Amino acid sequence: MDFLVNLLPSGLAHHAPALVIVIPLVAAAVAALMPNGRLGWIVAMVTASLVAFFSLVVLGLVLSDGLISYHMGGWEPPYGIELRVDALNAVVLALVGVVGLLCVIFALPSVGDEIEEGKQALFYSAFLVALAGLLGVTITGDAFNVFVFLEISSISTYTIIAMGAGKDRRALTASYNYLILGTIGATFFVIGVGFLYMATGSLNMADIGQILQEQGHNRVTQAAFAFIVVGLGLKAAMFPLHVWLPNAYAFAPNFVTAFLASTATKVAFYALIRFLFSVFHPDVAFVELSFTWVFAAVGVIAMMVASSQAIFQTDARRLLAYSSVAQVGYMMLGLGMGTAAGLSAGILHLINHAIMKGALFMALGAFALHFGVRQIRDLNGLGRTMPASAGAFTIAGLSLVGVPLTIGFTSKWYLITAALERGWWWAVAALIISSLMALAYVARMLSAIWMESPPEHHGAKPAARHAPYMVLVPMGILAFANLYFFFHADVLVGLAEAAANAVTGGH
Amino acid sequence: MWSAELSLALALTIPAVGGVFVALLGNKPNLREGATLVSAVLLAINVAYLVEIAPSEPTLVLANIAPGLQLTFKLEPLGAIFAAVASGLWIVNSLYSIGYMRGNNEKNQTRFYVCFCIAIASAMGVALSGNLLTMFLFYEVLSLSTYPLVTHKGDENAKRGGKIYLTILMGTSIGLFLPAVIATHFLAGSTDFVAGGLLALNDVQPMIAGILLIMFAFGIGKAALMPMHPWLPNAMVAPTPVSALLHAVAVVKAGVFSILKVGTYIFGPTLIAAAPSSEPLAWIAAISIVLASVVAITKDNLKARLAFSTVSQLSYVTLGVMLASPLAMLGAALQIIMHAWGKITLFMSAGAIYTATKKTEISQMRGLGKYMPWLFGAYTVGALSIIGLPPLGGSWPKLFLMQGAWDAGQAIMIVALVASSILNVAYLLPLSARGFFAPADEAKLKKQPPALVILPPVITAAGVIVLFFLIGPIRDYLEPVFMPLASAGAL
Repeated sequence: MDFLVNLLPSGLAHHAPALVIVIPLVAAAVAALMPNGRLGWIVAMVTASLVAFFSLVVLGLVLSDGLISYHMGGWEPPYGIELRVDALNAVVLALVGVVGLLCVIFALPSVGDEIEEGKQALFYSAFLVALAGLLGVTITGDAFNVFVFLEISSISTYTIIAMGAGKDRRALTASYNYLILGTIGATFFVIGVGFLYMATGSLNMADIGQILQEQGHNRVTQAAFAFIVVGLGLKAAMFPLHVWLPNAYAFAPNFVTAFLASTATKVAFYALIRFLFSVFHPDVAFVELSFTWVFAAVGVIAMMVASSQAIFQTDARRLLAYSSVAQVGYMMLGLGMGTAAGLSAGILHLINHAIMKGALFMALGAFALHFGVRQIRDLNGLGRTMPASAGAFTIAGLSLVGVPLTIGFTSKWYLITAALERGWWWAVAALIISSLMALAYVARMLSAIWMESPPEHHGAKPAARHAPYMVLVPMGILAFANLYFFFHADVLVGLAEAAANAVTGGH
Repeated sequence: MWSAELSLALALTIPAVGGVFVALLGNKPNLREGATLVSAVLLAINVAYLVEIAPSEPTLVLANIAPGLQLTFKLEPLGAIFAAVASGLWIVNSLYSIGYMRGNNEKNQTRFYVCFCIAIASAMGVALSGNLLTMFLFYEVLSLSTYPLVTHKGDENAKRGGKIYLTILMGTSIGLFLPAVIATHFLAGSTDFVAGGLLALNDVQPMIAGILLIMFAFGIGKAALMPMHPWLPNAMVAPTPVSALLHAVAVVKAGVFSILKVGTYIFGPTLIAAAPSSEPLAWIAAISIVLASVVAITKDNLKARLAFSTVSQLSYVTLGVMLASPLAMLGAALQIIMHAWGKITLFMSAGAIYTATKKTEISQMRGLGKYMPWLFGAYTVGALSIIGLPPLGGSWPKLFLMQGAWDAGQAIMIVALVASSILNVAYLLPLSARGFFAPADEAKLKKQPPALVILPPVITAAGVIVLFFLIGPIRDYLEPVFMPLASAGAL
């Protein structure tokens, strides 16, 4: 990615970490002033392009030069706010930036169809705030900052989920539920940060980590750990704190679901890794215990329970939402192995899952655009009426199962290998059983799409429709990425390993 | 220009490109079928060359997907023979498909021929794979590409059959085959097929090897070892050309071929013999042989009877691998060839009878032999070969397997093989007897079947006779795969 860095004057490249957050925040205000949805979208589009560009610049800089420490306003850490980027958050940042851009392209037809014209500019404004919040959580090196950005992204997310009320009033209760739970989670998190501040007198995460190493742990820091894990676990939809997620995904506008599914939980999961490895230390006894007895255990339960719940859903997006909870379980399991191989397999799955779920939800969005699809039975015959979108859905669906030729296979390969290295046969069994359940729920949707005939309206078969290019292109890119990165697995595996090594030091 | 690597790549690309042409020529049926036939002939020529050069074991790296993970082709005699059987029969079967699909006015013929091309391409991939990862990949593509063929009719029955087909094949492959592949990679650091056995060379303990052997034997669901067999009878809802080439040759043989290849190159005969699970697995194979034959007798539907017969015959191969003596494994390899030619004859005959009379039940087929003597003659030759009567090809694998069972100290398995032959007589020959000797129910046929559905089974029946006399060269060709290991094992 050096060529991206070279495009910029060196002064500007230096400020890339700050620009990644500042641009969407400022643009959010601009978007709110736009008179109509189309102009609002243009602002969002320009912003998302710039964000994707700068996030890739940051990734390029980190991969070539190592850790970036950017001092906001020139104040030295730990007193000032530090933006601190290593390979771990650079990867997540680039993921959010790129997937965010693809989602925004998809937004034009989808949001145009689902949100009232008068509210669209405000919708894009709220979306940009959410994007800024997610990027902020990812990039900041300050524990309290994490809380602030988490709240910024959450509150704007509540809004854009509730905008789904235009199609289905249940979006309001879904959003309200998420608001209550999300606020509880944020409160837990900030209490934890408060305890840490009490114990160490610092808010800079790297600094807290160092102080804790020197002075050791006590009840206060243990309590802080528990509060932080619960707070971030809720945001990451860690079982059993995931109950807000299925309804939020099912009733939000399609664009919001596609965006949240591939970014929001990923960012919270990143923050969890950051606290476990950089603030606390995996060698500390109670943190080490939590790997096996909290994260691995909860991950396996999520894989089993949420996958089996997914099988019995009737709403297509709810089904995929439960599947997301299960997939977070895979990541938690990788994290819980407590080895560099396990963590990198978890991060690999984080990236891959964003790619596959992005494509799946976009395809559902395309179906909804032309045929108002919400339920699984509405999928009947879409293989004939919307073949291109159905094809993309099929590729990403097979990827979710872990069929070879797709990145889902690569994820499973590395997760199972990591589990074998750890000697965790039960984890291998759980991964396999959960994959079989994924096969069951994906097959339900695929057989509806390909094997059933389309419903007839007044005796006439619906004509074949093509989704607009603004849908086909981003969806096609994600579907293609599902195949491409199977053959070039070294790219994503390399990123995931670099990310894991950044916090584990390679062991 | 022409090189072994190019030829390996062509084995995969000829059917794939053929599929593209078939799709492009979808609205010109004659040109479309021409594309299928041309690809089939080109592929067969290419594979004939591969058979010639197989002993030099050329390799081709298809893709480096990540450090330590490669997709590779590596030619060796077993794979070359399987590729030759599948590609050679593809020509005959393509002729037959044309007659059958047109004679029965089937719909969606373009999709049918495209999927057929993909299925053949993936069978080639399985045959030529140089490691387990590559084999698994093409194995899965083969399952997925044949699903539209199984459900071709699109009615409720076809959907139900397709569901069972995909559930069992994907379930076993993801649930058992894939973890076995990953575990092999974990234990040995690679998944390459190595003479003498990858796991044996890495000194894997017999106990662990035994667990892996069970996972492979049941995980490769296409081998239809009981109780993983129900997908095969259910796949019979497909049009008969599919049953003939895919569910008597390409798909099922890909399954038993995978077991043979895993047994030879991943475990090695010594390790199989040492593994505690090989004897129970041999017993399960023997039980599958006998039990499936008994079930076959109870079926009146001809295709269902042939399907259970296939389940029974496939387990010969699994049995041979589990016995792990050189002659038994050679017998297993021969069974892949001989059964393919015999069973495709039977299926094509069943389809020809259906095309001519729309009859599917054996009890309704009285006296038809008088109207279709060539067809019933071909059927009878195929049946006698499966029973194992000389001078027909099917007699050799039985002989070698019996000798191999004796060598392995499992003389009791000979009983299962003999019992199977007797049962074969009981379920295969009644149709010949009815056809030739019983009085016909109806005065005459509704119409004479097209020559394109009569000729192919006659060709394959002739092939069965020729194969009997070709045993010398085939044995010389395959023996090096199994014999050096035997001497190594004896030391």
